[in-house]
Amino acid sequence: MSTIKQNYTRPLDFKHGRVDMTHGSGGRAMAQLIDELFVVAFDNEFLRQMNDQARFPVVSGRMVMSTDSHVVSPLFFPGGDIGCLSVHGTINDVAMSGARPLYLSAGFILEEGFPLADLKRIVESMARAARDAGVPIVTGDTKVVEQGKGDGVFITTTGIGVVPEGVNISGERARPGDKILVSGMLGDHGVAVMSLRENLTFHTSIESDTAALHGLVAAMVAAVPDIHVLRDPTRGGLATTLNEIARQSAVGMMLHEVKLPIREQVKAACEFLGLDPLYVANEGKLAAICAPEDAERLLQAMRAHPLGSDAAIVGEVIEDPHHFVQMETAFGGRRVVDWLTGEQLPRIC
Amino acid sequence: MKYVDEFRDGALAKNIAANIAREVDPHRSYHLMEFCGGHTHAISRYGIADLLPANVRMIHGPGCPVCVLPAGRVENAIQLAQTPGLILCCYGDLLRVPAADGMSLLKAKARGADVRMVYSSADAVKIAQENPERQVVFFAIGFETTTPPTAVAIRQAQALDLKNFSVFCNHVLTPSAISHILQSPEIRQLGVLALDGFIGPAHVSTVIGSRPCEYFAEEFQKPVVIAGFEPLDVMQAILMLVRQLNEGRAEVENEFSRAVTRDGNVKAQMLVAEVFELRRVFEWRGLGPVPYSALRIKLQYASYDAELRFQIPPLSIADNKACECGAILRGVKHPRDCKLFGTVCTPDNPIGSCMVSSEGACAAHYSYGRFREAA
Repeated sequence: MSTIKQNYTRPLDFKHGRVDMTHGSGGRAMAQLIDELFVVAFDNEFLRQMNDQARFPVVSGRMVMSTDSHVVSPLFFPGGDIGCLSVHGTINDVAMSGARPLYLSAGFILEEGFPLADLKRIVESMARAARDAGVPIVTGDTKVVEQGKGDGVFITTTGIGVVPEGVNISGERARPGDKILVSGMLGDHGVAVMSLRENLTFHTSIESDTAALHGLVAAMVAAVPDIHVLRDPTRGGLATTLNEIARQSAVGMMLHEVKLPIREQVKAACEFLGLDPLYVANEGKLAAICAPEDAERLLQAMRAHPLGSDAAIVGEVIEDPHHFVQMETAFGGRRVVDWLTGEQLPRIC
Repeated sequence: MKYVDEFRDGALAKNIAANIAREVDPHRSYHLMEFCGGHTHAISRYGIADLLPANVRMIHGPGCPVCVLPAGRVENAIQLAQTPGLILCCYGDLLRVPAADGMSLLKAKARGADVRMVYSSADAVKIAQENPERQVVFFAIGFETTTPPTAVAIRQAQALDLKNFSVFCNHVLTPSAISHILQSPEIRQLGVLALDGFIGPAHVSTVIGSRPCEYFAEEFQKPVVIAGFEPLDVMQAILMLVRQLNEGRAEVENEFSRAVTRDGNVKAQMLVAEVFELRRVFEWRGLGPVPYSALRIKLQYASYDAELRFQIPPLSIADNKACECGAILRGVKHPRDCKLFGTVCTPDNPIGSCMVSSEGACAAHYSYGRFREAA
């Protein structure tokens, strides 16, 4: 008589298996998915406690918190995937206050039928991104929706960080005379994702710039503690980000087209797709605004960091009761750089 | 970008601007109409107005395909899209054009209609192939540039023997619209609209050639310079028009010789003639009914004509009373003359069609040029 193996569960089939409704039901299948995938990949002392919440000591100072949902399509794109994107996105949102990101949470909405192999690839990419950034994913949640009611996988991440003493970076602090800097080439992420869209496939060497920017931010804050504004120009691109800041600070802005760092391939792709690179998303770039006397020092600090080697001063803050962002065109004229109207690229992050 | 940046060179632009400034007669003004939305867009996007003397005025013409499509045709498409099981394919800009009651294809999509944005007519054919059990309609619009690809799609559907593909044809003709403007009472009798010359169509001319413009130059004594869509093309064309006017000439000149010949693309013309025929009359937004200004699908391709297949009724929908799109499309008014401009009518909430496409006079002015009014 064969002995029954007590407590034996057949391991998840990460080669051919698929997500089914039981993986979100709260039962044994869900526990197994968490144990065999998430805990293994994200492994850290907080997760290992296996509680419904992560417990950690409170740090003194001001804390910041940010959340970001990721619904990108396609899930895998040149230079990244929804996994690392969801880690970088929230780390960057936290870091744009000048904060050091400390912890992340991750919520997954999975669609029934989604291949476990793809899920594993995504989760491992998240784990790698979190490890590289030094920001652990300390708590999470998984839900499964019926087939047709999701699009493979949606990921929401939340991040907590702490702002160093004396740093006050905020969207309403842009002042006339301030300089506007960007940390590198604009539009890479949007073009990389666009190149894979179903009705549009074109070949490009452009890869997404997805990256965690807190290291760059730390270097910048060390060089110039009084940075006025930091923001990462994701959806809507630099144009939308600057319009947000102009409204918040009740100022205008003047950009110089010739100074904008944009790759030739991105310009070319935008040209034939009828897009404006200023509205195309970035996932590893930031815009910074600081006093004119700090600008050169900040620029040098950015250029000294690998994620800021193509940094440039691209314009200045001006007085303008209408809060227009304007641009001196390379051609010699002037124009408004307006808010994005409608959607330029669907589901890019 | 090679082959493109050369046409956006700021130093060359300054040279041409200096020539224009030197050559204009300070005692007269120059009212030049750019017909095409592509030119309107370039003028706004590159800030060309900043480089022109005050007495050279650009008047935006009706050459934005989305703008001139009457609300009734958009309403037809919206109703069609609500047919159960039907897939309606269209170009991106069209999605946001308002029809009756502020409804648009985008809003119809949000209410469950299967409306798909395509980049070319070939994508629509592909969608029809992939969905053999569903009716797929391509909402075809545009001037002579987009007509040949629609003809190709119809021929392709025939070759593939697709039973579920049809085209809702709204293709219109540039020369008829220019004639219509030149014959309008505002120009001919009342003198409401000063119009001294035209920047002739760019991409349209690559298909139809420069020959059709000769009629305007001769019959109406208006100089025409056919120009590309790059900002230097536009600057050079303005200089050429100023020279013609100073010398009392009214000729067709071709600045866009790198792409346009006198006869155009004969192969494309023959393809269009094979599939389409003239409509006796077609309504344009802003211009009203214009005789012989649009195309319909020939009888021998009738099985691909969505108008016949779905018995699409003629619909006429009046524009919002305060909307000045009509006058703006005829060049009689500037966007800033419209009470709705920038208040209730913005690119995010367009009331009139000129506010929809980035080639529309209102959207171009709102998005790129409105700091001029604010100053």
